[in-house]
Amino acid sequence: MRKPGIILPLGLLALIAGCGPAPVAITGAGATFPYPLYSRWAHTYEGLSAVQINYQSIGSGGGISKIKNKTVDFGASDAPLTAEELEQAGLVQFPMVVGGVVPVVHVAGVGPGKLRLTPELLAALYLGEIKSWDDERLRAENPDLKLPKQDVAVVRRADGSGTTWMFTSYLSAVSSEWKSKVGADKAVDWPNAARWGGKGNEGVAAYVENIDGSIGYVEYAYALQNNMAHVQLKNRSGKFVEPTIKTFQAAAANADWQHAPGFYLVLVDQPGEASWPITGASFILLHKESTDAQKTSVMLKFFDWCYRHGPADAESRHYVPMPSQVVDLVEASWDRHLRSGGKPIAR
Amino acid sequence: MAPAAETAMAAGPPRPRGNRRAARSSLSDLVFHWATAACAFVVVLVVAGILLELVRHSQLSIERFGLGFLTSNAWNPVIQDFGALSSIYGTVVSTLIAMLLAVPLSLVTALFLVDLAPPRLSHFVGMGLELLAAVPSIIYGMWGLFVFAPFMAKYVQPALYEISGGIRLFEPPMIGIGVLTAGIILALMILPYICAVTRDVFRMTPPMLKESAYGMGATTWEVTRQVTIPYGLRGIVGATFLGLGRAIGETMAVTFVIGNNHKISASLFAAGNTISSTLANEFNEASEEMYRSALVELGLVLFLLTLVFQAAAHLWLRRMTPKGARR
Repeated sequence: MRKPGIILPLGLLALIAGCGPAPVAITGAGATFPYPLYSRWAHTYEGLSAVQINYQSIGSGGGISKIKNKTVDFGASDAPLTAEELEQAGLVQFPMVVGGVVPVVHVAGVGPGKLRLTPELLAALYLGEIKSWDDERLRAENPDLKLPKQDVAVVRRADGSGTTWMFTSYLSAVSSEWKSKVGADKAVDWPNAARWGGKGNEGVAAYVENIDGSIGYVEYAYALQNNMAHVQLKNRSGKFVEPTIKTFQAAAANADWQHAPGFYLVLVDQPGEASWPITGASFILLHKESTDAQKTSVMLKFFDWCYRHGPADAESRHYVPMPSQVVDLVEASWDRHLRSGGKPIAR
Repeated sequence: MAPAAETAMAAGPPRPRGNRRAARSSLSDLVFHWATAACAFVVVLVVAGILLELVRHSQLSIERFGLGFLTSNAWNPVIQDFGALSSIYGTVVSTLIAMLLAVPLSLVTALFLVDLAPPRLSHFVGMGLELLAAVPSIIYGMWGLFVFAPFMAKYVQPALYEISGGIRLFEPPMIGIGVLTAGIILALMILPYICAVTRDVFRMTPPMLKESAYGMGATTWEVTRQVTIPYGLRGIVGATFLGLGRAIGETMAVTFVIGNNHKISASLFAAGNTISSTLANEFNEASEEMYRSALVELGLVLFLLTLVFQAAAHLWLRRMTPKGARR
């Protein structure tokens, strides 16, 4: 019993000595949507640089409040803050990746990519104006499908989420009725028809798979993994598009980051023939004034590495990386806004 | 717990036999007394602390909505208008269903295990019960969603609708998710708790009492009804409370199967929500202060709801026990 008493401190000493320079630990928290990618990037980067990045996927709202309270080094959110909100909280914000939200259905005889929906139809389904799958308006857009006489069960997220924010932002953009009755937020007062609330993407996916005649919305990766029946959506240019990394990219390419103060940009309903209409960026939040210049510098190096060397990882996980001209814009904004004791932060 | 404490206090320190021994034992008793009292006080402190924090953090919402919070059915994060009615309704109804199913079932099971089953069978079933009590709630939730909900939709809900003649309580949609399913899952979760405790309570009935009753020619049913159950009543109520406490605050399993909708519906097949499922779903993303405050006030409501239930049970127990027989 005595041996461990000696060996343990010795072992610890050896461990500390063996590590060379003390590892820097960075903590971040926020959006669940980019979590699989951020954790992958953090893991790879740790192997390269001995910088440890801990990312907690607690949700966008949590990420925003944690960075405001300075309990984490960076926050992450799917819903961007407006330029005024950023100013008020002394934060900067920049987009990291772009992803898409996909409506999925579970209707007999309707396979993946078969059902065609217009923005009006999607809003009508979620507002409860279309009650049955054999509704005239649905059949008019889908003459080739044999839609059953079955009640529509509308599924949505029960928890507050960036996914819901993107989805309701889209519906608010395309339907004035939705905008006035429901609005856009991370959680909303859902119309009576949208009564089935699943927890998380996996909860919505499970409800849609279990309920006959259901429609829901999930992040693209979930629809793909679970082989769910996604729909085609009519975009702003009047073309029906399927959700793929190409159509997300097309939507992201339209984004005018240059003229978006504080990178506040809602990417839904973008123009372009190939654009998927429910697309959105996931953002990183930092404090403008850093109390620890070295730490911020390490963080910026990590984000720079993600931009420059991360795209392959992103695409294999169905996220759209930021194009290089946007990366240049972001990094220029770092130089402009980030300070520590009045001095710019070295990278 | 209270009766045990009372007896201990009344008995006081043991009578001294010799001076030296008395001094020593009174010192050790003093230490023992204060050490236990300190531990007991920690419980009170924690409860008071929880109440205080809940009140403090729900201040914003209390000031804005007042008592209307309890009677409002609104839940709109966009315009920051909140009310607890649908959550209170869902919590009470799902707990009620669970108790209605679980209490009689576990009483009967416990009686069987103690009085009727062959010892070996009783042992095995008892082990099964204890294993069941150890299953984490998330497993009940997943099982409820993937296995039990489709079963409900296919067999139970249509059958209930048919048998009842289509009353509003059992109105479609028959999707398998909803308040009734949540109640049944809760019943399954609390059954082993209530049953295990009740079984132990029944076991403590003095054999002498039972034997005397049998000797006087009483049937098994009469012995059960007039000896075992009255003798263990306090314990049964305690066991029920353990179950109620778990059912009323259960979060994960309910969140999976209740449908999470902030609306009150006459049908038990419809989606609803409970206080704890709402907290689990929405606390993370509630970045606005009013939203957060309303959620904390929901927690406060749950706290008070449990208190009301507990007070009601105590009152009921006092009325049930004849004055002279209070132990």
